[in-house]
Amino acid sequence: MTQIEQIFRACRTEGRRLIIPFLTAGDPDLEFTLRLANELSRRGCPIVELGIPYSDPIADGPVIQASYTRALARRITVPAILQALAADAARGPAAAVEPASACGGSGATKPHFVTMVSYAIVHRIGLQEYVTSAQRAGVQGAIVPDLPADEAQALAAICGERDFNLIQLVTPTTPRDRAVRIAETSSGFLYYVSVAGITGERRSLPPGLLENVDWLRQRTPLPICIGFGISTPDHVRTLAPVADGLIVGSAIVRRVEGCDGAGGADPRRARIAEIGDFVGDLIAALP
Amino acid sequence: MAASKLISTVPDERGRFGAFGGRYVPETLMRALEELATAYEQARTDAAFQAELQRLLHHYVGRPSPLFHARRLTAHCGGAQIWLKREDLNHTGAHKINNTLGQALLTRRMGKARVIAETGAGQHGVATATACALFGIPCVVYMGEEDVRRQAPNVFSMRLLGAEVRPVTSGSRTLRDAINEAMRDWMSSVQSTHYILGSVVGPHPFPRIVRDFQAVIGKEARQQCLELNGRLPDQVVASVGGGSNAAGMFYPFVDDAGVQLTGIEAGGRGIGPGDHAAPLSFGRPGVLHGSLSYVMQDADGQTCDVHSISAGLDYPGVGPEHSYWKDLGRVQYTYCDDDAALRAFDCLAQLEGILPALESSHAIAKAMEIAAGRSANEIVLVCLSGRGDKDAAEVARLKAARGERSERPQ
Repeated sequence: MTQIEQIFRACRTEGRRLIIPFLTAGDPDLEFTLRLANELSRRGCPIVELGIPYSDPIADGPVIQASYTRALARRITVPAILQALAADAARGPAAAVEPASACGGSGATKPHFVTMVSYAIVHRIGLQEYVTSAQRAGVQGAIVPDLPADEAQALAAICGERDFNLIQLVTPTTPRDRAVRIAETSSGFLYYVSVAGITGERRSLPPGLLENVDWLRQRTPLPICIGFGISTPDHVRTLAPVADGLIVGSAIVRRVEGCDGAGGADPRRARIAEIGDFVGDLIAALP
Repeated sequence: MAASKLISTVPDERGRFGAFGGRYVPETLMRALEELATAYEQARTDAAFQAELQRLLHHYVGRPSPLFHARRLTAHCGGAQIWLKREDLNHTGAHKINNTLGQALLTRRMGKARVIAETGAGQHGVATATACALFGIPCVVYMGEEDVRRQAPNVFSMRLLGAEVRPVTSGSRTLRDAINEAMRDWMSSVQSTHYILGSVVGPHPFPRIVRDFQAVIGKEARQQCLELNGRLPDQVVASVGGGSNAAGMFYPFVDDAGVQLTGIEAGGRGIGPGDHAAPLSFGRPGVLHGSLSYVMQDADGQTCDVHSISAGLDYPGVGPEHSYWKDLGRVQYTYCDDDAALRAFDCLAQLEGILPALESSHAIAKAMEIAAGRSANEIVLVCLSGRGDKDAAEVARLKAARGERSERPQ
């Protein structure tokens, strides 16, 4: 059982939900990414989704695209990302997994990571090699947004052998019988994409979302996390009752942009605190 | 021929051409790809659909396009006979219309109310805008900002035809980025919009659909060659960017073991990384834009920047069926650099009175070499995939930048 599975098991026991922040690895650099991840863990996010920058991300809107472009312009590489994760983990343990404190009890200083990574990258590095090196760096699982369940057998088999989660996605265009089949092949949790579209903040969430997630919840024991478009405490209040976790990406990544500039003794500290407050407000909106 | 499996019996139902192809796209698009595959399967065997397509190809596009014996070019090269498959004479000036009319018919059949497309050189954009005007379907074309600049005449044409052209400013601002943007649009609009992909790339079933609609090129050329010469050609040559004209030209010949097939990639300004757009020559298998095929990637799987003088060939990937043919050894792939393509452009203009597209000029250049090395009774067919009017201003600019005037071939 991965740390992700243990965290969600504890949360369900306690009746708690999670905010799962998405951060682009290496925007503006890995030192910042890890400091921010640790701060968000301290604020009560035991799981962080780490986006591996990719040159052609077709599921991403302008905010995440731009952040990938910035990171790649600084020549960020997958080995460098995984090395930094491993080095950071070596400096201290991640959140302890005990029922009482596992799911958002604040104070834990290191989150557990899952990577959002294009299959173009996984394929090029090699399926075995990617999973092995990610796992060695402490990563618990992968979301591969351009690897639909139909093409995922080979990677799923490797992940299954290694106790590494392969988190599958369901979207509003997924027929219901297919959604149930996808849930059966997913591990860790199921990523429910809120809208037919690309990542990015949205003012309102699509009608029918709550009903659809709730329908699927009755048919899978897997935790369900909703992502795409979530950016306000109101969204959190609306969606939390049907979800185990809510994934917030563009709203955070937008706040990272331009943070390497001047301003004060440690401008990064101020920016990290500001993003921490924003995520703290989202956590406060959880039931 | 009957006993062994024919090379032409691909893809399988999962969209695999041997090890290549497949469907590496977000879940959001899976339902639309399934619908498209089903609609196409039905249309393919529907006599009324095929009759309507034939009617349009004949009366609207002007098919069959001629197979023209380029006698002065042949004499200039001093070897095998060079015959040109004149796709440049199609309505809209390139082979792209063969596919866009077919897919516009599919759009109507699926009841979708809007069309999007990507374009590099603008030929596919113009052909899509044309088909959409003919069918009364609103159309948005994504085009890299760099291509908007170097293919300005086609941008005017698209707008005159009623399409909205959206310049793409991300990445390298060329065809690859235009495809990314079209895919992103489709992610949000998939329920009501059909994406008319212009090459034999992308997720299944696009590589198959585009190949099938373009196969009219090779079918006609094969038959015309038999009628005019009483035999099949010795060699068939076509340029390869994404690879649609080459796939359409080669496919009807792949089971003719005696016909040598040669695809010409863009050799750009050299063989260094970033200087060319020749993934079959210099790349390796990887995933880009929804399928597994040869691609220019770095060690991390990031797509590399590529270069070609020709906007239509300036693409880091290639259709999966070409990768399949390459690995089987059925098609030989090589490349032609920018300068050789420009020289071939001049040759064809001055020896045959035909301005070829810069894309097609790559095939002409290599065909001239190939013909020179063959005997006079042999036949080389070249796919002249498009006309060069769109490139005239860019060619003039490049020549001026190099302080050249058009040289007369000797």
